[in-house]
This record gives sequence, C-alpha cells and structure tokens, in this order.
Amino acid sequence: MSTSNPDHTDRTTPAPPGNAALIDVGFLPVRAKLLEVAAFLDRVERHGVADDFRCKALRAAAHVLVDGEAERARRILEALSDPSLEPEAVSTGKAAFGAWQIRD
Amino acid sequence: MRYIEPHGHMVSRTTDDYEAMVTAGCQAVCEPAFWAGFDRGSVDGFRDYFRQLTEYEPARAAKYLLPHYCWLCINPKESEDLALAADVLAMIPEYLDRPNVLGIGEIGLNRNTRNELRVLEQHVELAVTQAQLILVHTPHLEDKLKGTRLILDVLRAHPGVDASRVIVDHVEEHTLRLVLDAGFWAGITLYPDSKSSPARAVDMIEMCGGERLWMNSACDWGVSDPLAVPKTALEMRRRGHSAERVDQLLFRNPHQFLSQCPKFRVAPGSAS
Repeated sequence: MSTSNPDHTDRTTPAPPGNAALIDVGFLPVRAKLLEVAAFLDRVERHGVADDFRCKALRAAAHVLVDGEAERARRILEALSDPSLEPEAVSTGKAAFGAWQIRD
Repeated sequence: MRYIEPHGHMVSRTTDDYEAMVTAGCQAVCEPAFWAGFDRGSVDGFRDYFRQLTEYEPARAAKYLLPHYCWLCINPKESEDLALAADVLAMIPEYLDRPNVLGIGEIGLNRNTRNELRVLEQHVELAVTQAQLILVHTPHLEDKLKGTRLILDVLRAHPGVDASRVIVDHVEEHTLRLVLDAGFWAGITLYPDSKSSPARAVDMIEMCGGERLWMNSACDWGVSDPLAVPKTALEMRRRGHSAERVDQLLFRNPHQFLSQCPKFRVAPGSAS
C-alpha cells in the first residue's frame, strides 16, 4: 500500500474524518448528478418539451448554483415553491409536481 | 450503534426489512397512519387499518425483537372527503388506549386545501382534548413551504397546543427554521428523490444545531430506504461527528420526544 497517495484512493485504513472527506467522498456522486442535469436539459430540448413549466423552473433555479451566494439548497427550494398564502378552494389531485405553476 | 426509526410505514415493507433494521441497530419503530395508495371506501377500511397497526404489525415486529408503536389519524390525502373524515375522527378514540398508540398522526396537509385545513384543525382538537402527542406531515415538493406556514398557523392558533409535544415532519432547508423558531420539534425525512438525502440532512444539522430534531426514513411502498437513518450515521461519522453526537441525533433525540407518551418504553441506557 502506498503511504504517499494524497487522495486516499488506496487506503486500507479509514480516512481521517473531516473536511477532506467531504470532497473525497462527495465529489464523484455530485459530478454525476450535475451531468444528469445537463443531459436532462439537452434531452428535453431534443424532444421538444423544454417549455414544460417544470423544465422552465429547473433552468431558472439552476442560476442559484453559480450566483456566489450561500444557502443554495434553501433558495432553490423556495424558487420551486408555491409563494401564495391562501388555502386552495379544491384539490387539483393527490400528487405535487415538483415545481410551482401559476393556476388559472 | 443504536437508533430509533421514528417514522416507518412498516405495513408496506417485507419482514426482510425488519431483520435488516434490527441488524443495523434499530431499537424501536414508530408507524404513523398514512395513505394506502388509494382512498379507502368507508370508516370500516380505517377500522381494519387501525387493527393492523395496533395488533398485527407489532406482533410481526416482535418476531424480530423490535418494539413497534403507531400513530392514528385519517391522512391528509383522504381529508378532502369531509364526511369520511368525520366518521374516522369519531372512531379514533376507540383505539387510543391500545398499548402501542403514541398519539395523533401523521396529520397535516397535502395540497393545502380548505377541506384539508378543516380536518387538520379537527385532528388538533382531538389530540388536545385527548392529551395526545401530535405528528404532523408537511406537503410534498412545491406545496411544502406554503403548507408548512398554514400548518404552523393552525397549531399556534390553538391555545391547548404545547409545542414541545408536536413534531412537524418532512422539513427541508426552506422550512426547518420556520418549525424550530416556532418552538416545535422537526423531523427530517431521508428519501432518495423527493425529500432529503443523508448528506443534506447532516448539512441541516450542522447549520441548525440538532436540538429538537429527529431523522426518519418514512419507508413505505414508494421509493424509500428503510436503512436511511443508519446510513446517515455513516455520513455524520465521515464528517467527523462523534459517536456521542450520532447517538444524540439518532437515538436520544427521538427517545426524548417519544417518551412524553408513557406508553413508549424503550430503555434509554447508553450506546454500546
């Protein structure tokens, strides 16, 4: 076993916990998810459904990722949320959609 | 490691899941009443379901040495039908004295409608008059923020509600502080897609401190993972959180809240 590998990829003992593990463990799964977002946006354009309200909401929310401000997860959730305050008169179905759409 | 699964819909799971949970260190599982995936046709459908939660399911869990508790209500997804809700609300007291019933839940909202709100208010009144703990479901996805605000308004408006006896579940980054700042307990649900991942849950703990907070898998018949809670322990340890801290979040916090019901008898002991 190498003892000089700085990225811990061949460790046989547990990596020290803490900040380094955030990236060692977290980077590849998040890289994969970012590529899924990119491929999804390409896919819906290629199939002509990019104007769906959910796709629009996703593109708008994605700007939060690179605006340099903190609490990105909270702000994306808020961007996708129904901002109204009054209860709905009737239910429009059991399931939510994941992004808010202005109702007529 | 030991943990409590404070929210699992075990009627939807196989016995293999019980074995896996106990092997992972589960000390107790709590099962709120929920939607079956279809609307039940009458109050008798709920009567059968409550028998399942209070008779059959604890016996099934006992085969794996796992204490099983439950909560009773008509789920918000079925609360549009006010007549059915009234029948179920009238029947619930028949079951509240059963030895594994912890309180009223999971009540709350689904699509934030007036009927759902009315039934939520009736459930809160029932819980207060019967001196029961309350477990609240907050809506999904784009409806969660608005629904959480409406739910908190209902809870705060009732003079008999003791915030320390209410947990508002399924919080995410945009609703966690609303719940904690109002004095209630908060639950983070660990779902692969539609709620929080283990990593995001630990983020929230790091940002909010972990007081009055529990985590659950809410495993049911949908996309869910009955081992999501112990997997979150792994995420905590990877980030350098101590075993003591993990025990606080995964065992002692839910134990503290649930022990407000005298029927919850799980030895507090110490982590082995």
